Amino acid sequence: MNSNAQVASYTTAPTAISSSILRRHGIWDAVLRNATRTAAITVLILLGGVIISLVQGSIPAFKAFGFGFLTTETWNPVTEKFGALAPIYGTLVTSFIAMLIGIPVSLGVAIFITELCPRWLKRPISTAIELLAGIPSIIYGIWGLFVLAPFLQAHVQPLIIGTFAGVPVLSSLFAGPPYGIGILTAGIILSIMVLPYITSVTRDVFETVPAVLKESAYGLGCTTWEVVSKVVLPYTRSGVIGGIMLGLGRALGETMAVTFVIGNAHKIASSILAPGTTISANIANEFTEAEGDLYTSSLIAQGLILFGITFIVLAAARLMLLRLEMRSGSKV
Amino acid sequence: MNAAIYRRRRATNSIIMVLAWFAALSGIFVLALILGTLLVKGFGGISWSVFSQNTPPPGSAGGLLNAIYGSVVMTLIGTALGTPIGILAGTYMAEYGRSSKLTMVVRFINDILLSAPSIVIGLFVYEVLVVSMGHFSAWAGGVALGLLVLPVVVRTTEDMLLLVPNGLREAASAIGSPRWLVITKIAYRAARAGMLTGVLLAVARITGETAPLLFTALNNQFMSTNMNAPMANLPVVIFQFALSPYPDWQKLAWTGALLITVTVLILNVGARALSTRTSKES
Repeated sequence: MNSNAQVASYTTAPTAISSSILRRHGIWDAVLRNATRTAAITVLILLGGVIISLVQGSIPAFKAFGFGFLTTETWNPVTEKFGALAPIYGTLVTSFIAMLIGIPVSLGVAIFITELCPRWLKRPISTAIELLAGIPSIIYGIWGLFVLAPFLQAHVQPLIIGTFAGVPVLSSLFAGPPYGIGILTAGIILSIMVLPYITSVTRDVFETVPAVLKESAYGLGCTTWEVVSKVVLPYTRSGVIGGIMLGLGRALGETMAVTFVIGNAHKIASSILAPGTTISANIANEFTEAEGDLYTSSLIAQGLILFGITFIVLAAARLMLLRLEMRSGSKV
Repeated sequence: MNAAIYRRRRATNSIIMVLAWFAALSGIFVLALILGTLLVKGFGGISWSVFSQNTPPPGSAGGLLNAIYGSVVMTLIGTALGTPIGILAGTYMAEYGRSSKLTMVVRFINDILLSAPSIVIGLFVYEVLVVSMGHFSAWAGGVALGLLVLPVVVRTTEDMLLLVPNGLREAASAIGSPRWLVITKIAYRAARAGMLTGVLLAVARITGETAPLLFTALNNQFMSTNMNAPMANLPVVIFQFALSPYPDWQKLAWTGALLITVTVLILNVGARALSTRTSKES
């Protein structure tokens, strides 16, 4: 190479140039490194900001009502007496109904996709489910209001009320006029909404089971159900639970789908056919109309409670999925 | 001797498998029903006036022009705010601090933000922007949407950069490239399609978001281009019109719902096409 000769013949100039180039690269390196680190820290600050602003906003409500805020059912904007028990109850019960319906159906769909479905149908169904996970919740809400609620009111609820009329506990659980909208309807809409979420996570973790394990079980003469229940599910347990918790997190915080069909009634009824409210529906319905600091603060305090509940659920979900990831990572 | 046990096992299996079939069929049936209703109810309302007239007062005809405009503007602001920060943060996590404590914490927090209730984000922006500015504004709506874009972009950027083989980076470093050139010219180019997919998915996510706009951008009956004033947007208009007692408004709500769904589906399909095409290429 003649580059050595060149360098030797221009000893002064090239070194000057290259050191300035090096310096420039050094500056750019520092700029990019610091910019990216700042952006990463911004994400942390955002979460901190969310928590601080919610806590700050809810101080007036907790000062005025203390711990009783969580255990009082009263919600009276006129006398400015607020309690969050009815929305908390509604949030938990609608999510419970959603999970009660959603988990078995999602697991069924996931089993269908991974074990039963003909090969050519696998991709279309998986794609359809993933696309449906992206449909905005307001679409589920408007459908629930105009299609599901009238259908339940006309055909399903009278039947349920009639069937359980004489049964001791169930008669009060399913009592009352068929409104169509209410806790049960909100729970059903939520179960439809979480179906794609839980199914796609469950299907993904089912796919991580090594084929050898399943084949060995089939080779021993296991039926499909025995393979699923004794090999696939134990192997993917923490992943499946993680997926379910993700779905639960969505259901707890879901706003629009619920707001349309819950009925927005601030009371705890013994019947799940009666209208109720949830934390997010309550905030969505009343926040812009809330007058006075105490009213606004009571709504923000509910937001804080909701954030707390979902934070715990989501954190648990992530930890479980992480554990599965680490285990499958170490096995490879 | 074991015929009874065998029969019972076979029977249990058949029952559960029938149930799984039933679950799959009913799940797909319900979801198809929702899309079908949306098409039937929304398609009837599609006409030129939807795109050329503003939202009407009750009882008269009109369109969704101001709402569509507001949604597009706030989606653009949200994307413009969330994408750069998200890409930078994702770059830090995948390139600089791959196994640092900061990355572990940010990844965990980001996953929480990814599925945090969007209404809580709305409350946060209300507290920070609306209260301090003293009024609802399109800016606040855009910022709220940006906060929803951010975690999606962080997540996909990190994932996509981690997929770039280290050999590429080492090769670039070996010929003397400084770190920032390795990242911008090598890693970003290799991961470009995946990162773009992430941005598309984020846009799809905020297109239909309603809850964070309810008390940030609020709503506006009229066409407004003032970023410091409340601005109409499709999701909130759908919410208001669907719950109204006027058939005209309800019809517009269905049309708006159809528009949103079609947009979201197109974005999602586009994102998927982009990611499958590149995975075939590589």
